[in-house]
Amino acid sequence: MPPVIRIDELTKDYKVGFWRSRPYRALDRLSLEIAEGEVFGFLGPNGAGKTTTLKLLMQLIFPTRGGAEILGRPLGDVQARQRIGFLPENPSFYDYLTAEELLNYFGQLFGYAPAERGRRVAALLDRVGIGAERRLQLRKFSKGMIQRVGIAQALLNDPEVIFLDEPMSGLDPLGRRDVRNLILELRDQGRTVFFSSHILADAEALCSRVAVVANGRLAAAGRLSEILAFQVRGWDLVMDTIRPDVLERVRPVVRRATEISAGRYSLEVPLEQPPDRLLAELVAEGATLVSLTPIRDTLEDFFVRRVAEAGAGARAEEAARARD
Amino acid sequence: MHAIRSVAVNVFKESVRDRVPYNLVLFAVLLISSSYLLGQLTAGQDVKIVKDLGLSATAVFGLFIAVFIGIGLVSKEVERRSIYPLLAKPVSRPQFIAGKYAGLVLTLAVNVAVMTIALYVVLGYMSWMEPAAVRASWDAPGPDPRLLKAIALIFLELMLVTAIALFFSTFSGPLLSAALTLGLYIVGQFNADLKNFDRVVNSKTAIWLARGAYHVLPDLSAFDVKTQVVHGLPVSSGYMLATTGYAAVYIAALLLGAVAIFSRRDFK
Ligand SMILES: Nc1ncnc2c1ncn2[C@@H]1O[C@H](COP(=O)(O)OP(=O)(O)O)[C@@H](O)[C@H]1O
Ligand SMILES: [Mg+2]
Repeated sequence: MPPVIRIDELTKDYKVGFWRSRPYRALDRLSLEIAEGEVFGFLGPNGAGKTTTLKLLMQLIFPTRGGAEILGRPLGDVQARQRIGFLPENPSFYDYLTAEELLNYFGQLFGYAPAERGRRVAALLDRVGIGAERRLQLRKFSKGMIQRVGIAQALLNDPEVIFLDEPMSGLDPLGRRDVRNLILELRDQGRTVFFSSHILADAEALCSRVAVVANGRLAAAGRLSEILAFQVRGWDLVMDTIRPDVLERVRPVVRRATEISAGRYSLEVPLEQPPDRLLAELVAEGATLVSLTPIRDTLEDFFVRRVAEAGAGARAEEAARARD
Repeated sequence: MHAIRSVAVNVFKESVRDRVPYNLVLFAVLLISSSYLLGQLTAGQDVKIVKDLGLSATAVFGLFIAVFIGIGLVSKEVERRSIYPLLAKPVSRPQFIAGKYAGLVLTLAVNVAVMTIALYVVLGYMSWMEPAAVRASWDAPGPDPRLLKAIALIFLELMLVTAIALFFSTFSGPLLSAALTLGLYIVGQFNADLKNFDRVVNSKTAIWLARGAYHVLPDLSAFDVKTQVVHGLPVSSGYMLATTGYAAVYIAALLLGAVAIFSRRDFK
């Protein structure tokens, strides 16, 4: 099956500087393929190039080099947009329109007849939870409500592929949960979702695969489980009623022992040393098990390390160029 | 086609919500009060002044709408980023420009139509109030249908100014667009003088430059037939046709330019 989204060596230089403008590479040879039905997380810290990528895919800006295909059609194919949904970062609409009027306007652009429009608009406004405010002008909407309008307009045409730029931003915890559920619903309907985020928990909860960008470059891509799996660093063993002498005895085999409260300790067991023996030994000495959890890098740690590496890489390259 | 229409209707809707129609009320008040005052001062002798004032006010009020909405048509959408979700819909950039233009022309058409009706009502009332002897002394009847020719040309001029404003707003912000549009409007009023520049100077290059400028810059004085119409002088159909053709070519060039620039533009 051909990929739904194929990004090929996509590169974007912005011109910066007023008098002597020089190029600034915001995205550097990004290549990715996303298959049908995937929920794909496009991750990276602020300024990594996520929005730039999405704007390139939506033809709001034009690539310096490289290209992409969506649903087998090259960028700029206006008809392909009939099957695509897009939520911009911090969306902004016409504040003189009501939510209903805005969606109606966009519905017209998709060529829907009035009855069809009315049906879709009403259903969507309810689905994103602003059905009660449908007749309110958008100037009276909060940031979170605007974000919901943005999501509604991205789904208006029942798109096969949905691009969401930071869909959770501006939402309260309840809103985030709603968006999460919505994305899962879309996944269950077999839609392809490509969303960007700098919040890793979102990706952990939703994505089949992720790509991490840092400084405009692809730093990693793959299944979330694969990326995280090789990073289990050890075990966190929490036990209660450990006697001080027992603690002293096991101290050499643990990496760190932190007292949580009197007699209750969190013991960090290194990966090379399976925790079963230690657990048995402590239980035999009258301690009780509270919890045992694997310690692994969160996506956050992964992020920080990759960003540091990418930064170092770019600096090394720059230094090499300077030497030449 | 439905895309262009939808964009146009939205422009019209925005102008209504932005209270543009209030200017019509202002227009009517100005017209009625001034004709009343003139009636007091000149004892109804001068219906010409009311005609002249009505036509000038139509042109000026229309100019304000054309410039102040026109300069924001595109740049406002880019600035507030409402263009992002819009262009992700099945709307091409040329369709977007065409829709924006059509929307403002529609707004202007409605405004000019209402102002025209107001002018005719006032003129009708004036001539109904005057004795036949006074009416006979007028160059032309009060509610003279020939006024429509002047209004048609004013409307064409407004369409041209709208195209100028739209053109500038595809690549510059509202302030610069306003300055450039108004600048070009003023230059356009005096452009015809450049045609006869050779009578004033005799440097060959200066004449050549003036000729070039005359052909590139819009000649807006061509759209002003107020004086003829007010004095009951004829405006030939040939003139109307030629001026319409001139406007059409100029507008087409501006819109093509706007599309060419806008289609290549990055939205930051
Ligand atoms: N219009 C622009 N002109 C110049 N630089 C830009 C522009 N837009 C973004 N950038 C720069 O490009 C980089 C990537 O930005 P962006 O794609 O917005 O990042 P992200 O969405 O991942 O936070 C940043 O360093 C940003 O400062
Ligand atoms: Mg961003």
